[in-house]
Amino acid sequence: MKISREEVLRVAELAHLELSPEEIDTYRGQLDEILSYIDKLKELDVTGVEPMAQVIFHSDAPQGAESHPELREDVLRRCDVADAVLSRATDAEKPFFRVPKVIER
Amino acid sequence: MSAQTSWTVAGVREALASKKVSAKELASEFYVRIEKRNPELNAYLTLSPERAYEQAARIDAAVGRGEPLPALAGVPIAVKDVISTTGIRTTCGSKILENYVPPYDATAVERLERAGAVVLGKTNCDEFAMGSSNENSAYGPVRNPVATDRVPGGSSGGSAAVVAAGLAVASLGTDTGGSIRQPGSFCGIPGLMPTYGRVSRYGLVAFASSLDKIGPFTANIADAAAVLGAIAGHDPNDSTSAAVPVENYLAEIEKPAKGMRIGVPEDYFGEGLDPEVKEKVQAGIALLESLGCQRIPLQMPHTDYAIAAYYIIATAEASSNLARYDGVRYGLRVPGSTLIDMYRKTRERGFGPEVKRRIMLGTYALSSGYYDAYYLRAQKVRALIARDFSDAFQKVDAILTPTAPTPAFRIGEKSSDPLQMYLADIYTVTGSLAGVPGISVPCGKTKAGLPVGMQIFGPHFREGSVLRLARAFENAGGFTI
Repeated sequence: MKISREEVLRVAELAHLELSPEEIDTYRGQLDEILSYIDKLKELDVTGVEPMAQVIFHSDAPQGAESHPELREDVLRRCDVADAVLSRATDAEKPFFRVPKVIER
Repeated sequence: MSAQTSWTVAGVREALASKKVSAKELASEFYVRIEKRNPELNAYLTLSPERAYEQAARIDAAVGRGEPLPALAGVPIAVKDVISTTGIRTTCGSKILENYVPPYDATAVERLERAGAVVLGKTNCDEFAMGSSNENSAYGPVRNPVATDRVPGGSSGGSAAVVAAGLAVASLGTDTGGSIRQPGSFCGIPGLMPTYGRVSRYGLVAFASSLDKIGPFTANIADAAAVLGAIAGHDPNDSTSAAVPVENYLAEIEKPAKGMRIGVPEDYFGEGLDPEVKEKVQAGIALLESLGCQRIPLQMPHTDYAIAAYYIIATAEASSNLARYDGVRYGLRVPGSTLIDMYRKTRERGFGPEVKRRIMLGTYALSSGYYDAYYLRAQKVRALIARDFSDAFQKVDAILTPTAPTPAFRIGEKSSDPLQMYLADIYTVTGSLAGVPGISVPCGKTKAGLPVGMQIFGPHFREGSVLRLARAFENAGGFTI
């Protein structure tokens, strides 16, 4: 198999997913199958090809698109949303979100 | 009350202006239909009658004052549940957001309402838009209104189903790898994916940020042009929305298709394509030729690598975007002994199997030791696929392909095999990676009565020519070929 049980556990830890033993086995098998398929990317010669991370500002951008007109001016704007945001949390006391203790002393 | 059963944007406008119906009566008529049909289809997750009737009252008041009506005045519209709506629950088809009520509207929704549209409610979808069948919703699958033992496609299955079933005049979906075009194909209606950056993503809950687009489902091409016209354009709240002028789509679609060069890539007609789908799409292309379009054979040699590149890039971006669901600020929180324990328990309980699978795959592809082999290589292959498109558009005005290799499959038929489900996205993910606009238009039915879709891609920001070709096809009877 391309992916070991230890690797599945490591990835789950990185992703903060608590998987059951059955899930670990299921995902191991499925990820193995998917990654084996994805190996076909290795068939292509990509020497000298620039990686494409975004569509915008691509070389064939149409006429009329200036360099970065999408960026707005860097000016302060009022943003009075604290109450609306905090009201969506399970546990919050203005101006904080409350979480289990993270620092032992 | 009107006896009319199928409404269009233009029809609603005319009926309002001539006072045959009020916006309130129309909204009410749609809620009656929804009440009858939705229990079977499971296409709407949440209805928003209060907001709908308030908007309808505004439109009726404008009619009463004899004011000019905005482009989508009184048009009942549904919105996919990954698009934020102030005060209306937005679940993303996930348990982790079961009780989440956004404090703001997506720009697309704000623009729809500014254009007079009446938002009826929110539609079911695959969890966080991850899926091709709508079977990954935490709230149960949507049934295809054309054949209720079959899937409506995904991930925007609910948005496609409500328009196909006449439970909304139009709807918004989102398309990351085919999630508007494929359900459009399966349900027998047009589904339009605009160019990346044509419609603001502000307020769209992120799945894969370099691929996500918002676009309309409608019953016809003129309606697609009207809805796109209302939602397109630069938005200061989305730095990836393009400052490219918006075409007058309703004017563009009136131009004849004669003389347009249509490219047909043989790479899209090979192994795995259902013979009946192939036959219908070839007949569709022949119909366009008969209208004076010039058919040009194309080679798009990297097509076969698109699924592999797409499922690395999309899952890598998803694993990063979905890190925000940690139980701290909004959504589900499952108590834990430590902060990390709380994160892990919340995510374990809140996410469904497909979302976890994709987070795992994306995290793996981005992890130390695999980044170059998977993520970086996938981005390079993405550049090659984009080059296939830019090379093709040197020679043609549009590219024609099947939308999906098969018609709608049965509920449960593919849900146990993730890779087989991914492979069915073969014809849609290419254009997603390139960021070009694409539409699926109805192209007849199979002998069993299942809709077939034909896909039309155009160059970046040329939705006008995509819609123009689609409209010519519609006018020539292509939808029922």
